[in-house]
Amino acid sequence: MNQSTAVVAVRNVTKRFPGVVANADVSLDFNPGEVHVLLGENGAGKSTLIGMLAGMQQPDEGEILIGGQAVKIASPRHSLELGIGTVFQHVLLVPSLTVIENLMLGGSWWQRLARGAALKRFRELSGLLGVEIDPDAQVGRLSLGEQQQVEIMRALWRGEKVLILDEPTSMLTPQGVRDLGAVMKRLRDKGVALILITHKLVEAYAFGDRISVLRLGRVVGEIAPDRLKAMTEKQVTDTVIQMMFGTVEAHARDAEILTGRGRAAHRDRAVDRSGAARLQVRDVGTEAERGACPLRSVSFDLWPGEVLGIAGVDGNGQKHLAEVLAGQRHASGGKIEIGGIDVTADGVPERRKHGVRYVTDERLGEGTVGAFSVATNLVLKEIGVAPFWKRGISDWNLIHDHARTQIKRNDIRTPSEKIPVGRLSGGNIQKVLLARELNAEASVAVFNKPTYGLDLQNTRLAHDRILASAESGMAIVVISTDLDELLELSDRIAVMYQGHLAGIVENGPDVERKVGMLMTGAQKDAA
Amino acid sequence: MSAEVETLPGPLPGGDRLKEIGAAAARVLIPVLLALIMGGIILLILGKDPLAYYGYVAKRGLLTWGGLQETFTRMAPLLLIASGLIVAFRAGIWNLGGDGQFLLGAVITSAVAPLLVGSLPDLIVLPFCMLLSIATGALWSVVPAILKARYGINEIITSMMMSFLGTSFANVLIKLFFWDPATTVPQTRTLPVDDRLPRLFGSTVHAGVLIALAVIILVHLMMTRTAFGLKLQVVGANPAAAVHAGLNVAWLTVATFAISAGLIGLAGSVEILGVFGTVRADWNPAYGLLVVPLVFLARFNGYGTIGFVFFFSALMIGGDSAARRVGVPQHFVLVLVALLLIFLAVVEYLDHLRRKKVR
Repeated sequence: MNQSTAVVAVRNVTKRFPGVVANADVSLDFNPGEVHVLLGENGAGKSTLIGMLAGMQQPDEGEILIGGQAVKIASPRHSLELGIGTVFQHVLLVPSLTVIENLMLGGSWWQRLARGAALKRFRELSGLLGVEIDPDAQVGRLSLGEQQQVEIMRALWRGEKVLILDEPTSMLTPQGVRDLGAVMKRLRDKGVALILITHKLVEAYAFGDRISVLRLGRVVGEIAPDRLKAMTEKQVTDTVIQMMFGTVEAHARDAEILTGRGRAAHRDRAVDRSGAARLQVRDVGTEAERGACPLRSVSFDLWPGEVLGIAGVDGNGQKHLAEVLAGQRHASGGKIEIGGIDVTADGVPERRKHGVRYVTDERLGEGTVGAFSVATNLVLKEIGVAPFWKRGISDWNLIHDHARTQIKRNDIRTPSEKIPVGRLSGGNIQKVLLARELNAEASVAVFNKPTYGLDLQNTRLAHDRILASAESGMAIVVISTDLDELLELSDRIAVMYQGHLAGIVENGPDVERKVGMLMTGAQKDAA
Repeated sequence: MSAEVETLPGPLPGGDRLKEIGAAAARVLIPVLLALIMGGIILLILGKDPLAYYGYVAKRGLLTWGGLQETFTRMAPLLLIASGLIVAFRAGIWNLGGDGQFLLGAVITSAVAPLLVGSLPDLIVLPFCMLLSIATGALWSVVPAILKARYGINEIITSMMMSFLGTSFANVLIKLFFWDPATTVPQTRTLPVDDRLPRLFGSTVHAGVLIALAVIILVHLMMTRTAFGLKLQVVGANPAAAVHAGLNVAWLTVATFAISAGLIGLAGSVEILGVFGTVRADWNPAYGLLVVPLVFLARFNGYGTIGFVFFFSALMIGGDSAARRVGVPQHFVLVLVALLLIFLAVVEYLDHLRRKKVR
């Protein structure tokens, strides 16, 4: 590590949170003209590290060097002034303002808005990024990829020393990812130090000059640019896996999930579609609040034992689809039948009786009550129902017994069934949800982003549960923005675009291209 | 804050329940002590003798038979209001319209009871009046309840506005419809002392206290041991999870408001049937907001609330006379309650920090 070339460096940085060490003795250099990839699964400490560089958190120990000088980055504003710009996973722009207005927001409150100067800087950065955006366009009307470009401009507004991109591809279409790659190359060639956070090895290989692997808060390995250039993708994969798990014989599926090359796991069984469909959805629509995307005339059939993947860029009506199937959102039109029975007018409890299950993506937001015990959350959807309630009176002994059984059976890691569920890790909360939703009476299950935020092991567990449920004859809908996940799990993949089902394609060769085209809305029926 | 804490019956995790109870007691007793010391310092600054003040409070509120009876009597309306607030607060509904609901309940009872006692036996009249007041209180909560359930309008504002309307409307009712022609000051007819709630064991304490104790215990059991109570707690702790679990949030909101306001209306009724027998125009003890901090101090726990209400009643009764004797304003009691709240928050915060460190 050459101290003089690094524009930003962290030295022996440790950051603790209650119960976890998020970063332990991390030392890294970020050089100008280099895309430095921070690779690691969720919880490896990537976000904490950039949180400190972005001025949102302070290290407990160690220091951050900028141009060789130790600096205490006191606030996000300070970080920007130091020339460190961060683009977070989710767009943080004001959708009702124009591009240039959003970019001028960071100025001091006593200064007048200098549009002329702002436009000058805007053109400079447009040239630097090689993109063309109308500065007077309303941000809400731009595509997500364009919004991200505006975010990048905002991050570079005060200086283009360092650009941090936190999982930037998670909300982009395949085309958007390619555009982003081009932008990153341009910036790198102009001498910007780029830090790319990702948990996908493919991206690390495609975009990175240098790869650092984090695991459990520590830097467990680094591949320098010279070495990286000389390696094939396969070699990189093996090396990274070895760094992450300390052995080449890591679980084969870990590698698949990490590389997103999980084709091998796809089942070679044909779904029997000769019988009656378990779930029939006909012309279902919903009404949306402002800013949300409603469903528009969605129709599909789903057979027992089949997994239907729903792909699409986030915010194209997936949430409404999940909710309308679960009965938690009212359908403004159309018809939903389960096993030939019309359930369109039924709410959640009635649908549950018909075997409908919904594993939500907002595990703490709506799936559980964080302050309530694991035991209570395990029966959250059965409140008042026998055997746990008799004539409205709670049988807490039975509820706690039930919880202990479920905790054992599902390997939920908790000190007690009486611990508030919010104190468990994301993976264990997901296990609570799966235990609650998937039981013998389930016949139709909807999974919304089932592995979002989970680590490799829990991702694998969730995938296994979904596949096992399908084997047992459940009809399953999996909604995900992670196309690789859908390729692994699904029999067919449907693409949502602006509230429509843009098309349904059989999982198989060349499905990626078809899905990609459908995702952009460019083609209505690629299948 | 504590609205999110689920109450489960049975032993706490970990097993050392005694230790937990001890810690909980310390969390309450230390702030009480600090509040008393701080209040004493304020009295000293005012040039009054704090020991004399506290002595009078204790003597009048607790240590004389007459004072103790008054303290118990005062607990009846406070406990019933507290029950109403516990139901609402646990469901995450901030019913702050207690004064209007209380007064309307009181006025309806004082208007109806004297008319009926002559023709019907007390055993029918008194329960009937209570039910009528419950219905009145509940009715007065319908507007904020529907506004909240249908349009998501903040019930703090609407219930308080309905409270202002309610207190005024209670006066209007007295002056226009229920004015006892035999009096020059506007007030309702007076319920004869013999027809009021029976006294207990030859004391001046009326049976309403027992009703109030029964109600708050039932409310506590309802919240902790029934499906309905758990549903309310889910709505209160995470409304999105309630929708996700298929609970009818709108209906539960309306039901919660009705129960809460009904119990507060019952408090008004019991206070008339037990103590006053009549409502004078412009009478407003404003118990509604006084009880709010007590319920918070007890973290919406019914049993804890009984303790705090007893403590507060003694302070109110004793504080009245002590203030007169020592020469400080009567509202000095409120200063003590405020200090208590502040210190409880401080101790809670320190405890939170300590636990965070331990983890």
